[in-house]
Parts: sequence; structure tokens; C-alpha cells
Amino acid sequence: MLKMETVTKAYNHRGPSLTVLSDISVDVPAGDFVSIVGPSGSGKSTLLLMLGGMLSPSSGSVFLDGESLYDLGPDERAAIRRDKIGFVFQMFNLVPYLSAVENVQVPLFLGGMGGEDQRTRAVSLLERLGLGDRLDHKPSQLSVGQQQRVALARVLANDPAVILADEPTGSLDPETSSQAMEFLEQVNREGRTVVMVTHDPQVARRAKRTLRLDGGRILSEKTGRAFVSVA
Amino acid sequence: MQLRKLVWKELFERKNQVFTGLLAILLGITVIVAIKNITFYSEKAVAQELDALGANILVLPKSVLLENYYSADMQGEEFPEEYVNRLSQSNLQGVDNLSPKLSVPVEIQGRKFTLTGILPKSEFQAKAAWQAAGIFSRPQGCGTVVAIPGLIPEQPKETLVRTRVIESLSDDEALVGGDVATSLGVKVNDAVSLMGKSFTVAAILPQTGTVDDSRIFAHLHTVQQLAGKGRVINVIEIVGCCDQISKGLVPKINSLLPEAKVVTITQVVDTQIKTNRMMSNLSFVFLVVIVLVGGASIANYMYGNVYERRREIGTLMALGAGSGFVLRMFLLKALLLGLAGGVAGYLMGTLLAVILGPKLAGIIVLPMPILVIWAVVISVIIALVASYFPARRAARLDPCSSLQEI
Repeated sequence: MLKMETVTKAYNHRGPSLTVLSDISVDVPAGDFVSIVGPSGSGKSTLLLMLGGMLSPSSGSVFLDGESLYDLGPDERAAIRRDKIGFVFQMFNLVPYLSAVENVQVPLFLGGMGGEDQRTRAVSLLERLGLGDRLDHKPSQLSVGQQQRVALARVLANDPAVILADEPTGSLDPETSSQAMEFLEQVNREGRTVVMVTHDPQVARRAKRTLRLDGGRILSEKTGRAFVSVA
Repeated sequence: MQLRKLVWKELFERKNQVFTGLLAILLGITVIVAIKNITFYSEKAVAQELDALGANILVLPKSVLLENYYSADMQGEEFPEEYVNRLSQSNLQGVDNLSPKLSVPVEIQGRKFTLTGILPKSEFQAKAAWQAAGIFSRPQGCGTVVAIPGLIPEQPKETLVRTRVIESLSDDEALVGGDVATSLGVKVNDAVSLMGKSFTVAAILPQTGTVDDSRIFAHLHTVQQLAGKGRVINVIEIVGCCDQISKGLVPKINSLLPEAKVVTITQVVDTQIKTNRMMSNLSFVFLVVIVLVGGASIANYMYGNVYERRREIGTLMALGAGSGFVLRMFLLKALLLGLAGGVAGYLMGTLLAVILGPKLAGIIVLPMPILVIWAVVISVIIALVASYFPARRAARLDPCSSLQEI
């Protein structure tokens, strides 16, 4: 489903070139649940953003359903994100001036759904996540855990095949963190492909497999409990 | 959820910022609307004053000294009546009324008066229609309505004192000034003998406080005949349209009649022209100021807004919004700001004009709904142009860096 072929990413801002990812190849089949771990600056988030069509590689290719994402224009990639990919952010990234239900409606509205249908689907998703009584609350009126649940509801709004989560539990307490992971496991069981970046080994362990990144390279891959060195 | 709702909610979320961003354009529109509103009613008031004065342009023989505007035709200097034809057959715009006169002194019951010959408008119309040309054969835009027998009733002869011309006057009819009527004790339909000819008093003219009160008016050609002077006149009185005088009617008449002296009530008209010019320049200056300051203020606000909303823009792009959507989102916001600035500026400017008009210009100022269109169009154009580059910057934001750097 998702595939990276010999991808290198180097930044050239001010001063010498900085290579964040070096000659990375990853294959994520449909229905997989992959966690990516590694120290800060190892290129985890860069890799995730590239998989989501948000950041073009310096060299190499990224494929989604066999289509080379970076051979497409920015607006075509935006359309693919809208239809096939859901992002989960560490800081939730809810629109602060919209209510919970309106935040969930945003991807539906971007997808061209009519106003009434938008609201019906958004309400149903929020109720599924136990926020039926917080529909019209703004993010600032919700707890951190509730905000994360609104963000998760928003991810499911357009029924994406792929969910990319960047530190989904990074801002949560253990209990809420566990709920968020249960959610990701559940959507994975429903058949969605999940790729998650985390620095928390316990959280990473809940994925089907784990990729360890360091110095811009995949150092090892773990399936179940055993790490296999790939370097 | 719709784009409109998204933009609307964001505007309300940051009301204070919106207000400060909009302040410059709002104040600019307010001042321009107030100036335009007061100017309009000021011009109208001056035009009415000029109209009330009667003739505001005089065509005189070159050698006449202009010591008294109202008695400039009493100095015995003459020029050919043919000048009237040149004027009436010209393409001059803004000549409302045209009245050639020949004045001769007369003595009645031992008292000295002035017999003034005037040419009724019916004779111009006949001449113009016959020659298919001239100022009375085309529509006039200054409020003068040419009498059409059976359709528009002829105006009473007493209006001569204000309009300077009457529709018709027969050879043996006379119009008597207020002072003359009082002195001689004559009434309408009385017979009066002037220079050996008997006239019937067609009307007693109301008092004007000018030398006209001491005049008796009769048909020009009759007076010319009685005076034995041939087809000559002392003066052509012209009621010129006020704004056409501002646009140079006097020099145009001068070039048409180079042998004559053309004068106007210069002080009144000059003040009017200067006031108009000043107001027009002031409006232009303010327009430039609001375009620059208002535009800069809105652009500054929008750049700040784009910077502040990087995370939101990045999130929307991650959720599938294209660059076109982001551009539309900011331009729609600019459109709403422009509309709000225009409408609020119009309301505040109108209020200011209505309150300050009587105090500053001594005139009553009423709201001018047409200015709302003008205010909104200017305001929206400024807001859209000023917001275009910030909006384009937002549309070109790298969603990835806008998510990562915050």
C-alpha cells in the first residue's frame, strides 16, 4: 500500500547540507500497523510526512497504491490526502475557533459533502468516541483527552485507508494514551493501515512491527518482540 | 460547514485584531463619505443661491464699465442683436436662459424710469426650430423646461424677475416693476403711454430690491422701434448652469463673442469654484491616503494573520485543502472586511456629515444612499488588492514546515 524506495532527504537551509534520511526503503502493506521509533532528530517525523505526501524527498520515490506521490502536483497530493490519508498530530491541531463537531466536519466539507450530511456523520463519529455531550464545545473548553478524541474522530471522517500518527500519545496521560492506542488498534483491525511515530517504547510495542531510525537510516526492524538489524 | 462559515467564525474569533486592521480604511472611508456628502449639499446650496440671483452671466459691449452688476445695461453702449443668434445657435452647454435687452430712459408723469426691451423665449424657439440648431432645440440639463403649448403650461409673466426671460410677450404688452407701479399707481390691464405708444400692463412684477423695480419691460423689437436705434441691444443676460460655469462656460461665450465683454458674478462663482476644487482635491488626497494607509494596514493585518495561522493552514492542507482553497479563504475574508469597512464607513461618514454639515457649512445635509455603493466598492477593492499577496503567501505555505516549526 505505502512504499518508499531509496529515499534520501537533505535540507540545505543556511550552511552545509543536512541529510535527515539516507537511502531509506520501506514497504508497508495494506492493513499493517507500523511504529517508527528513534531518538530526536533521527528523521521519524520527516519520514511520516513524506509518506503523507507533505514533504518531497531529495531523491527516491514514495508510492501510495502504486502511484508515485511526488510525480503529482501539490493540489493532486492534497486531493489524495483528503481521500485516502488521515493525520493524527501530537498537538491535535484542532481549529481553535470551531466547535468539536465543526472540527470533524472540516475534512468532510473539503471532500465536498453537503452541510446536513457533514453534521450527521460528524455527530455519529463523536458519539462513537464518547463525546456526544461535547459537540458544540470549542477545543479550549475540552480536556486534553477530549481534544485528542475530537482529533481522532476527525481522522476517521473521510474513512481513510491510511492513518499516519505523529506522536499520538505525546501529550497525553497514561490512561488517555492507552485509550488513543486502543483506538488506533481498533481502526487497524477494521482494515486500515496505520503508521505511527513515537518515542515511547510501550506505545511502539502495540504496533505489529517497529522500525528503529537513527542517523537517517533504519537500523533495525522488529516483528513481534525481536529486533532484526537491517543496517 | 462551508468556506463562508469558516471565514466568518475566524473573523469573530479575532474581533479586536479585525477592528484594528480595519480602522485605517474605516476612518478613511468615513472622512471621504462625509466630505462628499457635505460637498454635494454645499454645491446644491450655492447653485440655488446663484439661481435665486437670476442672471449670472452678462454679455456687454466691450467699452462698458462694470460698476453695478444690475445696471450694467444703462450706460448707453450698444451692440448688434445678431450676437443673440450666435449664442442661440451655438452648441454651448449650460445656458439655461438667454435674455437680450435694450434699455432707454422714459419719462412718465414727470418721473424718470427705464423702458427695457426684452425678447420672449417663443421667438428664440421659432428661430431655432426654423434653423434646426441652437441651444433651445436640444434638451437642457439645468432644470429649464421649455414651454410646449398644450403640454406644459406657460409660466406666469411675474417669473421674469427670477428666470430673466418670459415665454411670450405681445407688441403692446408691458410688465411694470414694483416701484414704478407704486409710483404711478398702475394695475394689471391698465393702459400706459410710453414714447407715444400705448401699452397694456400685463403684470406687475414683485419687488426685487434691484434697479429692475424701476423698470418697465416691453417687447425688444417694439422698444428698438420706439428708440429708433435699429436691431441693437445693451446687454444679453444669461442664466448659466452653475456647474457649467465652473467648467468654463464664460470663456466659451467669450470665444464665441470676441467683440463683447462677458462677465459673471465672479465672487460668488469663484468661491464656488474654489470650494469645489478644494473639496475635490481633498477627496482625492484622502482617497490616496486610504489607499496607501488603509491598504498597508490591511496588508499588515493579513500578513500577521497568515503568520499566526500557520499551524491551522498546515492542518487544513494535511486534511486535504489545496492552495486554491487557502487563497479563497483569505480573499473571502478580505471581501468581508472590505464590505464591513465600506458599510460602516458610509454610516459613520453620513452621520458625521449630517451632524457637522449645518455647523461647518451652514447647510442641511441629508444621507446620500448612492455613496454606500461608492464606499463599498472602494473599500472592497483596497481590501482585496492589499490582501492578495498575504493570501498568496498563505496558499504557498509549505504545510510541512508550518506544522513542524510551531
